[in-house]
Amino acid sequence: MIFLTRRATFSASHYYWNEAWTAEKNEEVFGRCANRNGHGHNYTLEVTVAGEPDPVTGFVVDLKWLKDVIEREVLAAYDHRHLNLETPEFAEAIPTTENIAIAAWKRLEPAVTGTGGVRLSRIRVYETPEIFAEYRGEA
Amino acid sequence: MKAYFGRRYMLSASHRLHAEALSAEENRAAYGKCNNPHGHGHNYVVEVLVAGPVDAATGMVMNLATLDETARRRVLDRFDHANLNLDPLFADRVATTENFCKSVFELLDEAVRPAELVQVRVEETENNYFEYCGK
Repeated sequence: MIFLTRRATFSASHYYWNEAWTAEKNEEVFGRCANRNGHGHNYTLEVTVAGEPDPVTGFVVDLKWLKDVIEREVLAAYDHRHLNLETPEFAEAIPTTENIAIAAWKRLEPAVTGTGGVRLSRIRVYETPEIFAEYRGEA
Repeated sequence: MKAYFGRRYMLSASHRLHAEALSAEENRAAYGKCNNPHGHGHNYVVEVLVAGPVDAATGMVMNLATLDETARRRVLDRFDHANLNLDPLFADRVATTENFCKSVFELLDEAVRPAELVQVRVEETENNYFEYCGK
């Protein structure tokens, strides 16, 4: 089994806010991330797929194809967007790094799994070079 | 849903690789310039990976501020700008990055709960790093 990873970057803004809480509680839990004017990051998305190399091409998956899938399914929705205001999955869910990793998985998994013998193995999202979250498809 | 949250910290520390059980020649052979008598230092990167269910109210596995405070209190305050060999943890263990990595895991393991500490990675330089998963 080979694990293959493709990296992509996108820039987006967000804020953290739980509508069920008071402003004070939001500020206490989320700190500066609760500023309703939002702030932004240069995110790095790492998409890891797993499979066996094709006997003819030697590829687990065509990287150009994977690049196009990531651009179509994730970057088109997230790049240069305000995640809270412009993406349906974050109309209610808070766009934390954890939730972005899960949402990117949900966007990519149908397209990746539909391709012969390959499965999506891991999504890692870097919010900054020092902060990241991962989702591996676990319940 | 179970997700993972990772955070990278930097600390600068000195160490010297020297095993008391070995002779001077054997230490020199085993550790080379890392055995130089007055020690040397690194900018270590400590990467902490925790896991757990994503809290429905916060969208988080663990609050970043809590993890930062835990890492500062348990690891960074203790080792940043310190000589690892003088820490009681290395009184009878060589301050290799393997041993340092295990120590960092053990210092954080219970402290990050209820999140699960999955892995600690310590990067000694840009070209070598060590990982410990608690087993």
